[in-house]
Amino acid sequence: MRPHVVALVYSKEAAMPQSRLAGSRIRERRLFLGYKQSALAKAVGISAAYLNLIEHNRRRAGAQLVRDLARELKTDPRALTEGAEVALLGALREAGQRMPDLAPETHRSEDLAGRFPGWASLVAAQHQRIRDLEQLVEALSDRLTHDPELAASLHEVISAVTAIRSTVGILTGGGEIDADWQQRFMRNMRDEGLRLSGAAQGLVGYLDAGADQDMAPVVPGEELAAFLDRCDHHLDKLEGLDGAARDDISARIETLVAQVASVQTEAAKDVARRHFQQYAEDACAMPQGAFQAARRDLSGDPGRLAARFGQPLPSVMRRLAFLPAGRDVPAVGLVSCDGSGALILRKSVPGFAVPRFGAACPYWPLYQSLSRPGHPIRAVVEMPGTTPRRFLCQAVCLPREPLRFDKPPVFEAVMLIEPFDDAQVTTTTDGPILAVGSSCRVCPRTECAARREASLLAADPG
Amino acid sequence: MTRQVLIIEDEPNIVEAISFILSRDGWAVATHADGKTAVDAVLNAVPDVLVLDVMLPGRSGYDILQELRGHDLTRRLPVLMLTARGQRTDREQAARLGVNCFMTKPFSNADVIRSLNELVPG
Repeated sequence: MRPHVVALVYSKEAAMPQSRLAGSRIRERRLFLGYKQSALAKAVGISAAYLNLIEHNRRRAGAQLVRDLARELKTDPRALTEGAEVALLGALREAGQRMPDLAPETHRSEDLAGRFPGWASLVAAQHQRIRDLEQLVEALSDRLTHDPELAASLHEVISAVTAIRSTVGILTGGGEIDADWQQRFMRNMRDEGLRLSGAAQGLVGYLDAGADQDMAPVVPGEELAAFLDRCDHHLDKLEGLDGAARDDISARIETLVAQVASVQTEAAKDVARRHFQQYAEDACAMPQGAFQAARRDLSGDPGRLAARFGQPLPSVMRRLAFLPAGRDVPAVGLVSCDGSGALILRKSVPGFAVPRFGAACPYWPLYQSLSRPGHPIRAVVEMPGTTPRRFLCQAVCLPREPLRFDKPPVFEAVMLIEPFDDAQVTTTTDGPILAVGSSCRVCPRTECAARREASLLAADPG
Repeated sequence: MTRQVLIIEDEPNIVEAISFILSRDGWAVATHADGKTAVDAVLNAVPDVLVLDVMLPGRSGYDILQELRGHDLTRRLPVLMLTARGQRTDREQAARLGVNCFMTKPFSNADVIRSLNELVPG
């Protein structure tokens, strides 16, 4: 498949959003200054009645009128036309699309936000809460499905409950039971009761650890992942080391390994050490300040950044994903896998859930790159959901070590995941938008050639 | 003639309870707890009906049943399958293997007796 060609062009509308909520802002500003409506209307050459309609978001003010009003209200025109309501309106539209059967008047979102800002904020907040909970359900479902520790605990509980239920049925169900059998069943009940109590305690402790999504690690990589999730993968203590002596870098890494509370086992420390070493090497080759400046200059294009710093694409992608997001720097996700497809690094972005356990969607460009080592792949993908979300994915697969004649190469693929906003970006692609998912278990795409197992979302519990 | 049931289940207290209620209902009960040797146990003395757990040490109930379906003696052996997992995929897998009755744990004694009596009327 040929890579997509993607041109990033910010639309005029996105650069200067026009919102009828400007009326509310005009009214707020006028009242703040103690300006009478009639006086302001006269000053800008319109009737008080017309200004009243504008202030109540019933009429849209033209560009010249906004400029005149801004002049009289001693403020910048943009302050009257832009603001937090852009995000609010976006959230309202998404909330409306969640249940299209109810036919919400999404075309009147601005009216709602303007006339009932409190209710509008509530709808938006609840929409966000539902989205967060859906992601949590996906993560928990993923865990329930693939976590061997949890599966064993649940099996223990169900076995004990089954034995108790059956035994109680015998003891209370009537019919003659001789004394020996009665004693045996009572003993069985006591044993199963103790077993159930132990299993339940273990289960509660286990689930408590995951109650705030900071789930208890079960394998070494997870101990590190728990720490990386908390710091959003940015390791401030390994920045600014360019030019430092190798010993100093090693000492810094060891200090960090010792400080990370979630990394306790030796196996986890080894995993952490390797990751921190790689991070430090990337940070030395592409210092934070210079990299962020180049990132802005080159619109975050990994290929051009790689050329600018003379570094391999995977290193640049890690840098793009691990440096902190900011006003001009969007949050970017990253996944990597080895030649077996096992995910090694996971950094999610909202809307693009990366499975915590088990295999991910084979349609991810990450996996396509495994079959085309050395050929970067760029594709726009769409994640399913009430509001499908698109992402620009850029992947590359390279040998992890220098090539040798006496051993087969060990490949590692890396994929950068960037939110792809149709409202702000115009795209030109020479291939279809890829319909992908997170993992089969939580993917609702029933007609999928790559499906390995039934979806929990489409499952019939009966 | 006494009907024969073989229970392949590794939880001793579940086995004891089911054995008791079935014996009291007039069944001749045999039990087996190991997945690896389960097929031999069935073929050595083919019962009228098999109660088969899914999660067994050494081998899953699905594997055991698949092998049994390849033998003339057990191709049509009635099977009641017990499992802690009752999702659609599990039921579909059981159906593909010709399971006659699929029961999720915890079950009631009455359901077990009723199902076996339906599979092998006395």
